[in-house]
Amino acid sequence: MQVIVVLTAPLVAADENPHADKRPRDLYFSEAIYYAQQGLYFDALARLDAELAQHHGLDEPNLDSLYPLVDSAEFSVGDFELDYRMHLRAGHAITAVLEGNVDEPIRNDAAYRLARIQFQKGQLADAVRSLDRIHGRVPEKIRDDVEFLRANVYLYTGRADEAAQILKRLAGGKALVGFSDYNLAMAYLLGNHRAAALDEFDKAGAVSAPNEETMAIRDKSNLVRGTLLMQSNDFVEAKNSLERVRLSGPFSNQALLSSGWADVSAKRYESAMVPWNILVQRDQTDSSVQEAMLALPYAYSQLAIYGRAALLYSQALQSYGTELDKLHASIDSVQSGRFLKALVREEVRQDKDWVIRLRSLPESPETYYLTELSASHDFQTALQNYLDLDDLRVRLDTWQRSFAAYEDLIERRRAYYEPLLPGLDQQFRELDSRRRIRLEQHKILTDRMQSMLVAPRPELLATSDERLLVATLNKLSDRIAAAEGGPNEALVARVGRLRGLVTWNLKTEYQDRLTQFYDHLQESQKAVDLMNTQYNEFVRVRQAATHSYEGYGVPIKRLRARVEKAIGNTKLLMARQGNVLERVAIAELEVRQQRLEDYQVRARYAMADSYDRATATQQQAKVE
Amino acid sequence: MTKSFVPLFCLILIVSSLPSSSWGDGGSQQEMRSLDEQVQEIKTDVLSIGTDLSQLEERLLFPSNTQVAVFISLSQQDPFRLDAVQIRIDGELATHHIYSFKELDALKSGGIQRIFTGNYGTGAHQLEVSVIGKLENGKDYKESRQFTFDKGIDPRLLGVALAGSSAEAIELQNW
Repeated sequence: MQVIVVLTAPLVAADENPHADKRPRDLYFSEAIYYAQQGLYFDALARLDAELAQHHGLDEPNLDSLYPLVDSAEFSVGDFELDYRMHLRAGHAITAVLEGNVDEPIRNDAAYRLARIQFQKGQLADAVRSLDRIHGRVPEKIRDDVEFLRANVYLYTGRADEAAQILKRLAGGKALVGFSDYNLAMAYLLGNHRAAALDEFDKAGAVSAPNEETMAIRDKSNLVRGTLLMQSNDFVEAKNSLERVRLSGPFSNQALLSSGWADVSAKRYESAMVPWNILVQRDQTDSSVQEAMLALPYAYSQLAIYGRAALLYSQALQSYGTELDKLHASIDSVQSGRFLKALVREEVRQDKDWVIRLRSLPESPETYYLTELSASHDFQTALQNYLDLDDLRVRLDTWQRSFAAYEDLIERRRAYYEPLLPGLDQQFRELDSRRRIRLEQHKILTDRMQSMLVAPRPELLATSDERLLVATLNKLSDRIAAAEGGPNEALVARVGRLRGLVTWNLKTEYQDRLTQFYDHLQESQKAVDLMNTQYNEFVRVRQAATHSYEGYGVPIKRLRARVEKAIGNTKLLMARQGNVLERVAIAELEVRQQRLEDYQVRARYAMADSYDRATATQQQAKVE
Repeated sequence: MTKSFVPLFCLILIVSSLPSSSWGDGGSQQEMRSLDEQVQEIKTDVLSIGTDLSQLEERLLFPSNTQVAVFISLSQQDPFRLDAVQIRIDGELATHHIYSFKELDALKSGGIQRIFTGNYGTGAHQLEVSVIGKLENGKDYKESRQFTFDKGIDPRLLGVALAGSSAEAIELQNW
């Protein structure tokens, strides 16, 4: 018997989460984590994929808030993909980090994560290669996990002794308490070191267990040890091990059954009744309980208590009959399609521990054996796929309905804006041309100011009256110069004095006028800035108005086509997966049916035999 | 009878340790693997559609020049239990949310919740955040704070950090 438990190291725990403290955070990465922590991996992946795609498309990604966390984000994509059972895709993002230009600790972390994914996908050779890439500085938080994973890979690749050496080093570590001991025991067993394996199972079966997972591995260790000891006929020690298994744990039924058989093998029939009497009171769909119902009367018959044995056989027959009826009803229910409907009930999806939720569904033929069926890996895989497909179908249906709403919205916007925009555009063009003129004028004045700072030109700061006066004086000068008989000196002097007066004012008032000019220019600059702001805002709003209804036709059409195709594919795949699920369920149920029918036959013979013996004993007692 | 049960016991032990499915022959496993791969392909396809669709939705429903989004984060230090959050903008109810245990756990693990996305014009706006919860000692907790924020032409992302009963119970952060 080979039972191997492999513990995969937990995903990034809360205290390792880069967003658990005040270090840099990226909003959308943290939003993805919010969804992932709730088991909503589709939403988490959708957000993170979009954020990473955007980040990688930036011209300057170093300015993005995701930049310091991009490796962690790529890691998370791989983890989310694995959690969402996308094993084919999982690892691609991590591979990208591994082959990128990153620091050694990050590369080693990436290699470890990739190895873990490959191991879970059953790609053992690839997992070994990825682990072999780990060298140099390894982040402390994953050192033990790397070695534990390496040991697990060796266990699966027939290198049990090497695995044992690694697990020996890890034994005693707090993080892997119980698990490393159990796997070390398995490594010894696979390496044919039976005695060492038994000792190690003994240790693993006695660890102090702070949580449910460790308690479960402790129970399993005791169960396996007990079974191994029974194989080597050490029934007393086997019983001791089996009695260490919790009565309330997942291995309780198997342990109780085996404990009884250990007593029977040691011919302690009365002792065997103790665990079996507990067991027969439990859920009768469980295979250990069903076997105990046959084993208990056997123990009575070994003690020559044939009457009691006959009664118990009769009860067992009744129970088997009821269970067989339930099995037949379950099989019918599966074949009629009700089984699949029960599986996609909302209660099943409430949380990631959906297996536990199965027990709380109402009693009906399609749900009788759901919990037992879910113990099968094939069934679990098929069911998870079916539930995932149903989730996708619901999303796709919602998206398909939303396209009509989007198109309606777009048409309403078009109907609102299109009549308004031509008029607005006309007004805008008029205002825009006036704006440009003003801007040009403002620019000229600004340039003039700049040049006057370097080379003063008082005449440029003349008032309009002064300019008029100067123009008039120039005309007079020309007329005086052109007069018959030559220019009149007195008139020339008068014009000169008047010109001098203007020049005097211009030059003496130049600084004041320049300051005023500067102040007015500053004020007008504010007005220009405000005008530009309003202009830009208007342009954006104008663009936004058009963008609110233009440019969506083609994308919506394409997306609609993609969604319709995806709906078709999903429904087809659901039908196929559902069919597989039904076949897996029926196969499982038929195995149980076969076993129960076999028990029924045995019980009938045994009951008849017990009645005969009971009758014979009574008659003999009368004779005596 | 005795002898017949011991071999049965061994048989049962061996059987119970094997995978319980009798469906596991090669052809069926091949079919399961093939289906599994197709399921994964369709997931990839739908994820891609979802990403493109959410980008289109965001452009259509929440254009960048009017988009305002409010995010909620929780301090890990303070053990108060967050029950509900209400957001009002400019006096109008924008949204309210009642938290499940899963959502609370997700916030405490460093996740950030996008609680609201809407459209508002440029300029100053009032944001009011109201929080209801329970303190570690079991007492009811209620707190409300108002903030003013400016909406420009870019999308405005407002982060509200909740820290229970500490002095700065509700903080506004700019993202």
